[in-house]
Amino acid sequence: MNRYLIPLFVMIAMISFLLLGLGDGRDPSKLPSQYIGKPAPDFNLPMLTDLSRTLSTSTLKGQVSLVNIWATWCVGCRVEHGFLMELANSETIPIYAINWRDNRSDALNFLGQLGNPYIASGFDRDGRVGIDWGVYGAPETFLINNKGIVVYRFTGPLNRIFWEQEFVPRIAEIEN
Amino acid sequence: MIPEIGHFALILALSLAVCQGVLPLVGAHRDDKALMSVARSTSFGQLFFVMISFGCLIWVFINDDFSVLYVASNSQLSLPTPYKISAVWSAHEGSLLMWILILAIWTAAVAKFNPGIPQKLISRVIGVLGLLSVGFLLFILLTSNPFERLIPAALDGADLNPLLQDPGLVIHPPILYIGYVGFSVAFAFAIAAMISGELDQNWARWTRPWTTLAWLFLTIGIALGSWWAYYELGWGGWWFWDPVENASFMPWLIGTALIHSLAVTERRGLFKSWTLLLAITAFSLSLLGTFLVRSGIIVSVHAFATDPTRGFFILAFLAIVVIGALLLYAWRAPALDSNVGFSPLSRETFLLLNNVLLVIATTLVLFGTLAPLIVEILNGGKISIGAPWFEIAFLIPMIPLVLLLGLGMHTAWRKQSSGPWIRLLRLPAIAAVVIGVALPLMFYERVNLLLIIGCGSAAWIVISSLIQPVRSWSQKKGTAGITRSALGMSIAHLGMGLFVIGVTITSAFGIESDRAMRIGESLEVAGLQFEFRELREVQGPNYKAIEGVLEIRDGGEFIGIVRPQKRQYLVQKNWMTEAGIHPTWNKDLFVALGDEIGDDTWSVRIQYKPMIRFIWIGAFIMAVGGLVTLTDRRYRKVVI
Amino acid sequence: MKPRHQRMLAVGLAIAGITIAAGLTLKAFDENMMFFIDISDVVAGNYPQERNFRIGGLVVENSIEREEGSLDMRFRVTDMQCELNVTYNGVLPDLFREGQGVVAHGAIVAGEVFVADKILAKHDENYMAPEVAASLAKHADEKLTPLQKDGVECNSG
Repeated sequence: MNRYLIPLFVMIAMISFLLLGLGDGRDPSKLPSQYIGKPAPDFNLPMLTDLSRTLSTSTLKGQVSLVNIWATWCVGCRVEHGFLMELANSETIPIYAINWRDNRSDALNFLGQLGNPYIASGFDRDGRVGIDWGVYGAPETFLINNKGIVVYRFTGPLNRIFWEQEFVPRIAEIEN
Repeated sequence: MIPEIGHFALILALSLAVCQGVLPLVGAHRDDKALMSVARSTSFGQLFFVMISFGCLIWVFINDDFSVLYVASNSQLSLPTPYKISAVWSAHEGSLLMWILILAIWTAAVAKFNPGIPQKLISRVIGVLGLLSVGFLLFILLTSNPFERLIPAALDGADLNPLLQDPGLVIHPPILYIGYVGFSVAFAFAIAAMISGELDQNWARWTRPWTTLAWLFLTIGIALGSWWAYYELGWGGWWFWDPVENASFMPWLIGTALIHSLAVTERRGLFKSWTLLLAITAFSLSLLGTFLVRSGIIVSVHAFATDPTRGFFILAFLAIVVIGALLLYAWRAPALDSNVGFSPLSRETFLLLNNVLLVIATTLVLFGTLAPLIVEILNGGKISIGAPWFEIAFLIPMIPLVLLLGLGMHTAWRKQSSGPWIRLLRLPAIAAVVIGVALPLMFYERVNLLLIIGCGSAAWIVISSLIQPVRSWSQKKGTAGITRSALGMSIAHLGMGLFVIGVTITSAFGIESDRAMRIGESLEVAGLQFEFRELREVQGPNYKAIEGVLEIRDGGEFIGIVRPQKRQYLVQKNWMTEAGIHPTWNKDLFVALGDEIGDDTWSVRIQYKPMIRFIWIGAFIMAVGGLVTLTDRRYRKVVI
Repeated sequence: MKPRHQRMLAVGLAIAGITIAAGLTLKAFDENMMFFIDISDVVAGNYPQERNFRIGGLVVENSIEREEGSLDMRFRVTDMQCELNVTYNGVLPDLFREGQGVVAHGAIVAGEVFVADKILAKHDENYMAPEVAASLAKHADEKLTPLQKDGVECNSG
């Protein structure tokens, strides 16, 4: 064999290897959807806007809804905020939220200045409920059906394209 | 508006890069002078637009334009201005733009300083650099636009990661990238030579200074990174064999091999295909490093925010560049190798061994870096490779390397007769062994085999590097008795010797002690008394801190005061350790504050690090050696 | 010695040297290779005996205990299914906190406690080691069944 070809073969082998490594299943950002088909984890949180009232799992029953995990320190949440406002204004679906590991006055300011797309935000200051929901980072958005079962989980900033692709067909399926 | 200008300037730069990557290559092929002359103007034009784009990004950072996503993610209102500027290259998008800027600067420099190099060769070199630039510009424009808008704009940014708010991190990445990217010039010279099928000793002479320049920047960049990790991470280690560190270290090792093999190609016209292969490999490893750091394929504490799309893009780019280059190599290289012989005892032999050992070392580092990935793909187990493995595996090729280094420097080209060679080196060798035993015994009162090998080989390199300069000096010739090339080599090797001393002594005699300490209490580490005098609060521009004040004494003698801090940055609210270090030339005393673990009691980490400064001083002297060789007369004629 | 013998000697020495070097390298590799083991597997007893390995998960809220004024501390780590007791003696990294992700190097001593010799820091708040994230994702599923708090006899079914 031509010895000048050896480096080429070595490199091709290494690159194919790296390609395997990059392939699906190893991507940590794609989390297995362990809650899909299971009831949404129980929670009972004071509401961000009014600490005397509570938001809990029972609130979610009987309707198809979104639960959005957000915080003011999270840049991705600012990114998706505009789209959530649009979605809320179109009254397509009720949006609930868990304000995760945040400072209450910062969170209120944020909603005051940029608008509040949520019907209610639970205030999860120490992140306990976030852990129950298996939240790894904000923002995350869960689609819950009328029986309180998690149908879909989306990580990262939501936008119209993902909405049309991932959520709209699933909502249509639930409603049938 | 400014972000859009920056974005648009990048698109213009891309179109110029396409011209630069195509026309000169076509021109060189058709022998068309007009087309070839496009190389120069397009490379300057590209640099101009990339500079505008980079300037725009700096501008939006300085002016806190949080309607730009990248600014909102990496800056904050109260961030001091110098850090607003360095925040530009603190994350993926901006550092990629800096990579492109540096590539454009290298290209323009090659286009500007090339007297004596035939137009055909230089056009091809610039053409190849243009093609590389096209790849990177496409990468940034398609997957990583730093000017992406955030609508509605954020009120304030998420802040720069506090670890990066440090002077070391302001200069470390640019210098590291200058080195990293600089290997693209050697790569382009290699490709140009293979396209033409001609590679003579002149080619090596033209390639050498560019390679040395890139190498010396990479040397300083890596040393700065190591220094930053030492004082900023609060752990007191200077090298962790983290994948990201290895990513910059592998091109350095191959770059070092390349410098030595280029010497043979220039002097003797030998190792031609090997030199080409090293030039291709050095740059491929730079690309591989970029891939490892930015794709998230490998777990590292330093890694950038990860995105598989980016991973695929870089991998595809890597594949095109490397496979293309190696196909060309397989086609052209066989015709280049000449059959000039050399005796087994000659400088050629030693340089060949140097190359073999450096390649083995690189392979081991590469293997250790990729091993977790290999195991995971093969059987799904998740492993990590501890630093001790790297230390042992790396040491094995390094010991013969440093021993041979001292010999090789005093061996003639072609054939060295053994008589005078042995007479010259006998005494230094004996002295090295004596020092190897005596140095640790005298200063640290302990000795073992590894210490003898470490100190002995360091002494061996130092003495051996000094022979030639000292001889030239003592014959009253001053620097005239030695070429700049030989002087630079001696200096670089001297730096290597100092580095080896630093590594040996620090690892053998360093002391690391985690203790609980009450305010007012005094305790002893490494024979020195550390007294915890007080604890106070300090206010920084964008952080508040708790500062410990510790006084260090040696018996009755006052040594110094260190002030370790725990900082809390106001925006991200993380606590950050700032170590207090009392540095002297032969030792560092290092104190890091842990947590409050009881009433007025804190956990502290106290470290005694003898000779640790020699590690960075040694690396810096290596780089100075590289700089001195650049001033050699035969390059001065060519370069300036 | 004839040149041929010299050459044979040199080749022989080189082969011997390379063999020893390769042997040392492989041995060191075996000794320094650390597996990442899910907490649930550790609790179920499936972990490498007599050697170090890595664990990762979330530090359980209110689980950090330390002796007043001493570096000794203990805490529990969960993979959302099982919990494991960890002890550590030393200075903690900056981002070690309850409810946060953590990776530790160490070994199981006396059959139930993980004695950590190294606790790893993250560089940034939003980052979680991918292996920890994957382990949590895998086991969070089981979390829907009640969790036993003693951390040893965790129901992995």
